[in-house]
Amino acid sequence: MATPVKVHGPPLSTAVSRVLACLIEKDVPFQHVPVNMAKGEHKSPDFLKIQPFGQVPAFQDEAISLFESRAICRYVCEKYAENGNKWLYGTNPLAKASIDQWVEAEGQSFNPPSSVLVFQLAFAPRMNLKQDQSLISQNEAKLEKVLEVYEKRLGESRFLAGDDFSLADLSHLPNAHYLANVADRGEMFTSKKNVGRWWGEISSRDSWKKVVEMQKQST
Amino acid sequence: MSVMKVHGNSFSTSTQRVLAFLYEKDIEFQFVNVDMAAGEHKSENFLLLNPFGQVPAFEEGDLKLFESRAITEYIVQEYNDKGTQLLLPGSNKTMAVLQLWKEVEAHRFNPPSTKLVFELHYKPFFGMATDTAVVEESEAELAKVLDVYEARLAQSKYLACDHFTLADLHHLPNVHYLMGSSAKKLFDSRPHVSAWVADIMARPAWSKVLDKQKQ
Repeated sequence: MATPVKVHGPPLSTAVSRVLACLIEKDVPFQHVPVNMAKGEHKSPDFLKIQPFGQVPAFQDEAISLFESRAICRYVCEKYAENGNKWLYGTNPLAKASIDQWVEAEGQSFNPPSSVLVFQLAFAPRMNLKQDQSLISQNEAKLEKVLEVYEKRLGESRFLAGDDFSLADLSHLPNAHYLANVADRGEMFTSKKNVGRWWGEISSRDSWKKVVEMQKQST
Repeated sequence: MSVMKVHGNSFSTSTQRVLAFLYEKDIEFQFVNVDMAAGEHKSENFLLLNPFGQVPAFEEGDLKLFESRAITEYIVQEYNDKGTQLLLPGSNKTMAVLQLWKEVEAHRFNPPSTKLVFELHYKPFFGMATDTAVVEESEAELAKVLDVYEARLAQSKYLACDHFTLADLHHLPNVHYLMGSSAKKLFDSRPHVSAWVADIMARPAWSKVLDKQKQ
C-alpha cells in the first residue's frame, strides 16, 4: 500500500520496534523499509543523509525526515493526535508532563543498563561475540535498582505516567521484551508484584504482539 | 499562581540545565538547596519528589516533576510567551526538528560527555583517580557525535534552526565543564562547533547559573 510514512530499519532493532509499536498504537499506516545492517547499509552515504549517526531507525513522511525513536514517536503522536490511541501522549499538558517525565526516566535510567544486558545476553551470543560477565553483573545490579523504583511507582499507579497506557510504558517494550523472552531475565520483572503485573499488561497489547510478529517474520 | 520550586544543587549538571532554562525564560522560582554531601537526595522526603533519588526535582502547586528535560519541556510549553523564545513554533514539522535535536543531546551527546565530566571534573574535585581508559573511550565516542554536529552547524546557526532553542540550552552544563578540561580539544578542533560553543556559553542566563555556584 502506498503511504507517505516510511520507517527504515530492521524490526529486530529495539529502537526501530519502538517506532513500529507507536505507529500501530496510533493506527497510522506505514511502509517498512528494510536496511541491511550486516552489509553496512546504515553507514552508506545515502542512508547517512537521513540518519547522520548511521543508526536505525530513520523515519520519513510527506513533510519531514526524522531520526531518534523517541522524537519520532512524539511527532507521530502530535501529528496524528486524533488517530488510534488518543491517550498515548496525553490529552492535556499535565498528563503529557507526566508521560514526558517517565519517557525521560526510561531513556536515562532504564535504557542504559537494559541495553547493555540486551546486547550481552541476547545479541552477543548470536553474533558469536564473547560476553563480558562483569558488565553483565554491573548492569543487572543497576537495572534491579531501577525496577525497585518502578515497583513502588506501579503500586501507586496502574501505568507509569498514570491510569492510561502511554508512550512511557511503550518505550520500555523493546528492551524488556528481549530481556524477558531471549535473555532469560523475565524474573527481574515477574518476581516483583507490581512490575510483573505491569509487564504482563503492556506486553499483551495488540500493537506489541504485531511488532513481535514483524520481528519473527523478518528472520 | 503557585510559586515554582526547584530542588537541586548548583554543582549538578542536571540542576544547572533547569536553572539556565528558568533564567532564559525570566521566570521567578524558589531554589531549594539539596545537601548531597549529607545524602539529602536519598532521604525519604526527597524520594517523594524524585523516586530515583536524583536532582533536580520541581514543584508547582500540586504538580511534581523530575527529569530535567521533562521539567524544561513542561515549562517551555506553558510559558511560551515569557522571556527568550526557546521553541520552534509553527507546525508539527518544526517542533519535530526541535524534538529531534533534544533527543540527540539526551542520547548521543549526554552519555559520553557525562562520563567525561565525571572523570575529568568531578573525580579530581573529590580527589579520586581518573580512569584514562574511560576517558579515551568516551572521547572517541564524543568525537563521532561532534563530527555530526560540525556538519549540522555548517548548515544551521544553531542545532534546530537559526535561533537558540532548548536543544542548544540542554548542552550547556556538560559543555561548560568539558571546556574547562583536556576534552576541550574536541570542541576547539571543529570550527563550527567551536563557534557555537562560544556563542551559547556567552549567554547572560548561563553566567547567572555560574554566579549561583559562587553563592
